[in-house]
Amino acid sequence: MDQKLSLTINGTTIEASPGQTILEVARENDIHIPTLCYYKGTTNVGACRVCVVEVENARSLVASCCMPVSQGMVVMTDTERVLTARKLVVELLWSSGDHNCLQCEKNGNCELQDLVYELGIEKPSFEIAPPSYAVEDTNSMIQRDLNKCILCGRCVRVCNEIQVHEVLDFSMRGSHAKVGPAFDEDYIESTCVFCGSCVDACPVGALTFKQARFKGRPWEIEKVRTTCPYCGVGCQMDLNISDGKVIKVTTNRDYGTPNQGMLCSKGRFGMNFIDSPDRLKTPLIRKNGELKEASWEEAYDYIAKKLTAIKKKSGGDSIAGLSSARCTNEENYLFQKFMRAVIGTNNVDHCARL
Amino acid sequence: MTNSIEEIEFTDAILAIGTNTTENHPVIGSCVKRAIRQRGAKLIVIDPRKIGLVDYADIWLRPTPGTNVAVLNGLINVIIDEGLYAKEYVAERTEGFEAMKKAVAKYTPGHVEKITGIPADNLRTAARIYAEAKSASILYAMGITQHSHGTDNVKSCANLAMLCGNVGIEGGGVNPLRGQNNVQGACDMGALPNVFPAYQQVANDDARARFEKAWDVSLPAKPGLTIMEIMDAAHKGDIKGLYIMGENPMISDPDLTHVEASLKNLEILVVQDIFLNETGQLADVVLPSACFAEKDGTFSNTERRVQRIRKAVEAPGEAKADWQIISELATKMGYAMQYASAEEVMNEINTVAPSYAGITYGRIEEGGLQWPCPNVEHPGTKYLHRDKFSRGLGLFTAIEYRPSEEVPDKEYPFFLTTGRVLYHFHTATMTRRSEGLVERCPESLAEINPKDAEKLKIKNGDFVTVTSRRGSLKVKASVVETPPEGTIFMNFHFSEAAVNLLTNPALDPVGKIPEYKVCAVKVEAA
Repeated sequence: MDQKLSLTINGTTIEASPGQTILEVARENDIHIPTLCYYKGTTNVGACRVCVVEVENARSLVASCCMPVSQGMVVMTDTERVLTARKLVVELLWSSGDHNCLQCEKNGNCELQDLVYELGIEKPSFEIAPPSYAVEDTNSMIQRDLNKCILCGRCVRVCNEIQVHEVLDFSMRGSHAKVGPAFDEDYIESTCVFCGSCVDACPVGALTFKQARFKGRPWEIEKVRTTCPYCGVGCQMDLNISDGKVIKVTTNRDYGTPNQGMLCSKGRFGMNFIDSPDRLKTPLIRKNGELKEASWEEAYDYIAKKLTAIKKKSGGDSIAGLSSARCTNEENYLFQKFMRAVIGTNNVDHCARL
Repeated sequence: MTNSIEEIEFTDAILAIGTNTTENHPVIGSCVKRAIRQRGAKLIVIDPRKIGLVDYADIWLRPTPGTNVAVLNGLINVIIDEGLYAKEYVAERTEGFEAMKKAVAKYTPGHVEKITGIPADNLRTAARIYAEAKSASILYAMGITQHSHGTDNVKSCANLAMLCGNVGIEGGGVNPLRGQNNVQGACDMGALPNVFPAYQQVANDDARARFEKAWDVSLPAKPGLTIMEIMDAAHKGDIKGLYIMGENPMISDPDLTHVEASLKNLEILVVQDIFLNETGQLADVVLPSACFAEKDGTFSNTERRVQRIRKAVEAPGEAKADWQIISELATKMGYAMQYASAEEVMNEINTVAPSYAGITYGRIEEGGLQWPCPNVEHPGTKYLHRDKFSRGLGLFTAIEYRPSEEVPDKEYPFFLTTGRVLYHFHTATMTRRSEGLVERCPESLAEINPKDAEKLKIKNGDFVTVTSRRGSLKVKASVVETPPEGTIFMNFHFSEAAVNLLTNPALDPVGKIPEYKVCAVKVEAA
C-alpha cells in the first residue's frame, strides 16, 4: 500500500497519495480548478498557467497541474491573488487571437469562452490582435484556424503521446509560435492520418470538424454512444445527432477500454454513407430482367414461395445462406436459426474467411 | 484474441506477424506504438512488406511471401537449441513437445534463410527477444490465415507462444486481430456450417438435442458447406437458392469470374443489404436493411468483448433492421419468430450459448463484457487458458513447411499479395461514400518496388496490366519501397480494379480460407 499524506485545500484537510499533483487531488475531491492545457493521460506541461493556485510558503503562484502534493501542504485555489493572475492569463489569451464566437463551431462548448464567463471578464485590457493566418481549407474533414489557437499543446500531446502518429508539434518562437505538421504543411499534405483526436482535444475553435459546420449547435446535439462498425477493435464512440442526422463522431475517454478515446479515420470520418442517397429504401424484385420496387409483402411472398418449392423438390441442403460479420450478434443468431430451423440445412457461413 | 487489447500496452515484447496493424486496426496500432515509445517494449515485425510498424521495430524479418511456417519453425528451433524455452511450463501444461521438437530440428537458421531469405542472425536475434521477454504477445491477422496453409501458420504461432509459456498469462497470448466489427460474434453465434451458437457441434447428438428442444424443431445433423464450397455447389447446380445478408461476394471472394457464373446459375438469389452492391445487382429479390446507426444490438470485438450498438437515427424509407426482416420471413414461412426488440433475441441467446449466458443488456449498458461469461455474476474473462488450457493440456503440433499453391514462374514472375489500406474498408461500399476518406484515397493503386518498376520501365502513376491465370486488370502503379522486389501489393476495395479477378481460390484444407495472400502474376506497362 502507498503511504498516504495529508494536505489542506481551501481549509479542508484532504488525504492524497505521494506523486499526485495538486490538480489531481483537487479534482478527486470536487474542488474546481480551471485548466486549458491539462489533458489527462499526457505529460503535464504547465503551459497555460490558468490552473495557478497559492501554496503557503511558496515564492510565487504555482501551476497546480505540475506541482506534486506534499505532507502538510496548504493550498488555496480561489484567493484574490489567484483570480487576478487567472484573469490576466485569460485576457492575454483572448487578446492574442480571433475569438469571435458568432460563427465559431465551438460556441457553447469552448473552454476559453467558459473561463471568460467564469471570471467575469468584460473585455481584455489589451488590444486584440488582428487575424494573421489564413483558415486552412484544403481538406473536407478538419478545419484549422490558427487565429483561434491558444497554444495549449493538447493536440500535440494527443497526437504524439496518445495516438502516437507523431505528426504535430510546435514551430517558430514567441509571438510567431504555432502548431502544425512538419514543414508547415497543411494537414492533407502531411503524414496526418486523420484520426481526428486533435479536434477532440482542442479546447477552443482552432480545430473543428468541418463537415459538422453549421449543422447543429452544441446544445442541440444529442450524443448516442455506440460501437464503431468498421474493424474488430470495437471502438466506443458518440454519434452526434442533430436534426435526425449524424453530423460528426466524437469520443469520450471515460468510456475506457477498448479504445480509451482513440479512433481512426474510418470511425471518425467514415459515416457519410449513413444518409447517402444511394441507400436502399424499398424491397426490389426482378421482373422482366429488371429490379423493380415492391412491397415487403410481395418480397416475402416471393422468397417464401420460391424457397419452399426448392426445399420440397430438392431438399433443404439445396439452399444456402451467407450471414454477415457486419451484422449484430442478434441478427447472426437469427440468421443461422432461420437456415437450420426453417430451411433445414447447415449450409450457413459468413465472410470470416475473406 | 486469447488476451485483451489493454494488455498490449503493458507487455514486454510484441511479435507482429502478418498484420498491418496501423492500417487495419489503427487503434491497436497506437497501443503497440505506446508500448514501444512509452514503456520500452520490444517489437519484432515479420512481414514481406515494409509496413508502418517497421519504423518502430527492434527487428524486422522480411520473409518471402508464403513462408511463415518456416520462419516460425526457425524461431522455435533457435529457442530450443539455445535452451531459452519455458521448460517447467512445457512439462506441466503442454503435450506433444517431443514430436514438435523433432519436426523443427531441421529448421536451423541456415536452412530457414534458404527458404525465407531472412538472414540467419536476424532470425536468432528475433528468437532471443521473444523468448527472453517476461511476457510477450503474438499479434497476427490475415497475413497468417489467408494461405493454403493458414491453419498450419496459426498452429505454429501457438507452438511458439506455448514454448515460451506465453499462453494463459497477462500480456501474453496468441492474438488474432479480427478485421470486421463482428466477425467474432458471427462465429460465436453459429453462423458457421459445423457449429451452433457457442461452438456446439451440429454433428454432436447431445448438442443437437438441446437446440431441437430450445427451438422446438428437428434439425439436420450433417455439417453444411463453407462459403467457397457453396459457390462451387451453386456452379454445379447443387445449390439452387442462396440468401445473402450483408455480404458482397462479387468483390470479396477469390476468382470473381467463377463467383459470377455461380450466382447466375441460381434459381433464386436473395440479397439483403444497405446498398445495391455488385452482388445485389445479380439478385432476384433485394431487401433494404437498416445500418448500424439505425438499430439496437451488440457486436463482439476481437478480444471477445460484447458491446452495444444503439439506434441513433431513423432508417431510410422502408428499410428495416436485419433481425426484423429474418423474423418476419421466418414467420411467413410457418415458423414463428416473434421478438419485440433485439434485447429479446439476446435473452434467448443467453439460454442457448453458455459462454454468453451472463451477458445481458442491463449489464453491458455502461461497457462491454468479455466471454466466457457463464452467469450474471461473472465478471467476464480478460484472458483465456489461465492455469489450465480449455482442452486440459496445451497441444503442440508438428508442422512442416509447405509452399503456397501458386508461386512465381517464368510466365507469371511476380508474387501478388492483397490487403486493405487505412482509408477504406473491405468492398468499400461504406468508405467510398465518405467524402474525406475518398479525398485521402480516391483510387486503387498497385504497389511495386522501384527496382521492378525500373526493369519494366514504369513510372509512379503509370497504368500497368496485371495478369494471373484467372484474369487480368488495369491499375495505376504506385512505385514505393513497401513491397519487396518481385512482389506487388494490391487492395481489394475498388471494383474498377477488382483484385479478386486475379487471386487464387486455393483453400486451406481445414479452415477453407482462400489463398489471398499469395498468387503469381505478370505485370506489364499498359
